[in-house]
Amino acid sequence: MKYKSVFDIIGPVMIGPSSSHTAGAARIGRVARSLFGREPKWAKISLYESFAKTYRGHGTDVAIVGGLLDFDTDDKRIIKALEIAKEHNIQYEFIEESAVAEHPNTARIIIGDENGELELVGISIGGGKIEITELNGFHLKLSGHHPAILVVHNDRFGVIASVSNILGSHEINIGHMEVSRKEIGKMALMTIEVDQNINESIIEEISKLPNITQVARVVD
Amino acid sequence: MFKNVSELVHLAETQNKQISEIMIEQEMEVTNRSRKEIIAQMDKNLTVMEEAVERGIRGVTSHSGLTGGDAVLLQNYIKKGSFLSGETILDAVSKAVATNEVNAAMGTICATPTAGSAGVVPGTLFAVRDKLQPTREQMVKFLFTSGAFGFVVANNASISGAAGGCQAEVGSAAGMAAAAIVEMAGGTPSQCAEAMAITLKNMLGLVCDPVAGLVEVPCVKRNAMGAANAMVAADMALAGITSRIPCDEVIDAMFKIGQQMPRSLRETAEGGLAATPTGRSLEAKIFGVPRVKRD
Repeated sequence: MKYKSVFDIIGPVMIGPSSSHTAGAARIGRVARSLFGREPKWAKISLYESFAKTYRGHGTDVAIVGGLLDFDTDDKRIIKALEIAKEHNIQYEFIEESAVAEHPNTARIIIGDENGELELVGISIGGGKIEITELNGFHLKLSGHHPAILVVHNDRFGVIASVSNILGSHEINIGHMEVSRKEIGKMALMTIEVDQNINESIIEEISKLPNITQVARVVD
Repeated sequence: MFKNVSELVHLAETQNKQISEIMIEQEMEVTNRSRKEIIAQMDKNLTVMEEAVERGIRGVTSHSGLTGGDAVLLQNYIKKGSFLSGETILDAVSKAVATNEVNAAMGTICATPTAGSAGVVPGTLFAVRDKLQPTREQMVKFLFTSGAFGFVVANNASISGAAGGCQAEVGSAAGMAAAAIVEMAGGTPSQCAEAMAITLKNMLGLVCDPVAGLVEVPCVKRNAMGAANAMVAADMALAGITSRIPCDEVIDAMFKIGQQMPRSLRETAEGGLAATPTGRSLEAKIFGVPRVKRD
């Protein structure tokens, strides 16, 4: 079941005009920001299908940039997000893609600064609910509605167990977990949705484990 | 977790509870939160809805200038007393319009189930409030009942115009509202389901064809008629009229119709009203040039 809570239906409280094109778009931008861990210096945003055709009218552009600035769906600053991004010296670019996407409301966001970059694909499935379907080339399924951590690691035995042991020792319950890899024995990604927020010390503990390359946190 | 309307109605009737209560209990179980927290969150949503209705009734205009002010016109017309249909129904229509006008003006609203269809549920709620004089608690329950039916639609069909057309947005919203009106008026859980089925049947096939891609034309007036549809269907269900096609099958039909709908009629602003000469000229006026290729 894609929708689990009544507040997915009666909600979110948001700035209009479209739950999928404005609120959902803001949420996709905010997940990208949260995974990147800081304000990006530049952003390339590709829009597909209904997003590409109607983004100006719906404020999808404004909303994604608002999300990149860490604004929530009901934050009135979303309306002025493009101006605020300019004040922060963030370079942004929108690309209207003509390719057919898996979902009619799809955005590919590439953000970065001098220290790194991140590429993410998000879909807005209706009523403001979103899913992250791709991160740095990995396919995944992340709702963005629960606290989650993403762990990039080497594809070796025992790595998954060692990460879940640490979560278990801090009494953090895993609600949903997915592992994907590009090739056997190479780089892999764990997507772990949990019930409680994970604090920085736990992230550090996981980062120190053998075969772990990167740990990113998505706070609810 | 209830998967469909028939399970939802069965749960309510065997436990002798209202639909709203089943929804509250499920939310407590799924999210592991207390009743108090859940009710408080819904109460906040209700406040957002009330503020949007009040703001819209005072009058707003969207940035494009395409919509705004119709809720005021209708309220003034009701006050003159010369209306033909009925006071409660027109009040519901004007309050649905009010909410969507605020949405179009980039105001704050609560999606029910989406922003484009955010007018129907609060519009009908604040209109029947004057007639039924519910307590605040009953008004919050109205939103849980709406949410329960919307939850089934979202999981079994769609609530996205881009995926399923306007039938998935205003159609779902109107069905949700009809069911909640029935509960508030003292109807049974089965009657709630009948009202939802009757409403949605009359919204099947509705396409999503926004002029210039804006959630304004025809969205605002579709919310108006969604509210009217919900009010009439609620009265029909309360009168004992049933739908020959069960509610779950209507929802399934809506899903399949959405899948068969061409892309041009699913929120791309390429077909329908968006592609009319006036639709295109409004688009050109707002954006300087026609953004979307002509057919």
